[in-house]
Amino acid sequence: MLQYIARRLLLAIPTMLVVSVVVFLMLHLVPGDPAIVFFGDQPVTPERLEMVRRQMGLHRPLVVQYLGYVGGIFRGDLGTSIHHRTPVAEEVLSRIPSSAELALAAFIVAVALGLGLGLLSALKRGTWIDATAMLAALGGVSMPIFWLSAMLIFVFSLKLRWFPATGFGGWDRLVLPAAALGFISSATLARLVRSSVLEVLWQPFVTTARSKGLREAVVIRRHVLKNAFIAVITVMGLQFGTLLSGAVITETVFARPGVGKLLVDAILNKDFPIVQGAVLFIALVYIIINLLVDVSYAYLDPRIRFD
Amino acid sequence: MRSPWRIALRRLLRSKGAVLGGTILVFLVLAAIAAPLLTPYEPLAMSPGDRLQPPNLRHLLGTDIFGRDMFTRVLFGSRISLQTGLISVTIALVLGVPMGLLSGFYGSLTDRLIMRLVDLMLTFPGILLALVIVAILGPDLFNAMLAVGISASPTYARVVRATVLSAKEHVYVEAARAVGCSNARIMVRHIMPNTAAPIIVLGTLGVGGAIISAAALSYLGLGARPPQPEWGALLSEGRNYLRVAWWMTTFPGLAIMTAVLSINLLGDGLRDALDPRLRS
Repeated sequence: MLQYIARRLLLAIPTMLVVSVVVFLMLHLVPGDPAIVFFGDQPVTPERLEMVRRQMGLHRPLVVQYLGYVGGIFRGDLGTSIHHRTPVAEEVLSRIPSSAELALAAFIVAVALGLGLGLLSALKRGTWIDATAMLAALGGVSMPIFWLSAMLIFVFSLKLRWFPATGFGGWDRLVLPAAALGFISSATLARLVRSSVLEVLWQPFVTTARSKGLREAVVIRRHVLKNAFIAVITVMGLQFGTLLSGAVITETVFARPGVGKLLVDAILNKDFPIVQGAVLFIALVYIIINLLVDVSYAYLDPRIRFD
Repeated sequence: MRSPWRIALRRLLRSKGAVLGGTILVFLVLAAIAAPLLTPYEPLAMSPGDRLQPPNLRHLLGTDIFGRDMFTRVLFGSRISLQTGLISVTIALVLGVPMGLLSGFYGSLTDRLIMRLVDLMLTFPGILLALVIVAILGPDLFNAMLAVGISASPTYARVVRATVLSAKEHVYVEAARAVGCSNARIMVRHIMPNTAAPIIVLGTLGVGGAIISAAALSYLGLGARPPQPEWGALLSEGRNYLRVAWWMTTFPGLAIMTAVLSINLLGDGLRDALDPRLRS
């Protein structure tokens, strides 16, 4: 097992390096002079432009510039925000609590809803319960999250005044965004849980478990769910990607000061150092989550370790 | 005549969901084409006297802050949004299918290079890659379509590659090679038809996803710009008037959901009819 984890960790390193290359190149892929991009929409004199070119080291070869950038990352230096004149690393770090809170809460909602709806519709296959649950899941796949969020705000904060519509801090500000993001992310999961439970439900070992007199609840928990779970875990990893990108939009709708909102605002303000920092951060989180998913996958299914 | 396509069509027509989805979709497309005939108003015509009217007989879905008829704007928006979905998926196919074909057919170094690129693109979750592309190209509707298309392409590349890997082992491919067909001819004439079924299924479902992604970019201010009546842009306009004009937000959202739901129903039906193995 340790060997497997070590191998997967080693494999993640080149991926992270390539991601850093892509993020570094972003600034140079923008049509036009990176120094002008650096100033965004602000007017600038030629002298000042030349000075920034020197400061940014744009006269040096790309490889040298890249090595400088990566060196900076290891020292925790991601550059300086054009808009706020603050260190990018500081900006990103200060936004993590809000995003982490939302991601965690939404993930719990998504897993609870996805498992619940999927299991329920598999066990009640062909009934109206099954049909309703799958219709809800199909709705979740087809509904834009920014619209669901707006409707939740309209009903629960503007009309009923149960929860505040925007901001960060306190559980009452978390309920609506977590519900919106969790519901949207649960849809795919519910469909997958249903099909993997159905697949396992008629296997001989389940019939054996039943015929030896186990209670139905025990059969489901110990024999059906445990086996259906392996497929579910993989999708949960993928779903976390959906959740991360959904969070970008959810944070904007609910005006939550998270990394996603930071990224969108920075793109709108053409604040490239921040865009780079936020993209780098989200991609790294995604790589780490997938690593954890792979490891837990190997833990649950010994066949994978000895592949 | 019992060609596989005919059998698939019969199976498709037996699926209630697919027929329902297909019917709604045909209806939406016809409405988009006939848009100017279905409304007496212009999508961009302002009428300050009619500001923020709730839904009524003259304005079925109400009016916005400038007195523009919301029904007209949503209707004309369907032209933009449905096209956006189609164009994005076309871009994804144009990029993804050749990548998958070359990768699966040639194997070895070509395969490894292309699959590394695909893996790299998949390192950026969901809409993040699209955001990166829009950040580089600058925000406008065409760039948003390009971004959504590029970020969807690796999925197609993977599916096509997997299909090619099994298809190229068939005896008729060996036969084609024996009679002297070129690699290009074998790929296009003998292997590519095998990828049609999974591409039709994924492409259909992809149009729905692309409509949502492009609308999301427009909603964030990174795609279609006001006064363009794209559905995401309409929602973005409605955001600030939620308290006083719920109809500005509700109806464009319902339009997106109806379109995407019908596409998903049709796509699910196509998947069951064409390729039961793709069922997740």
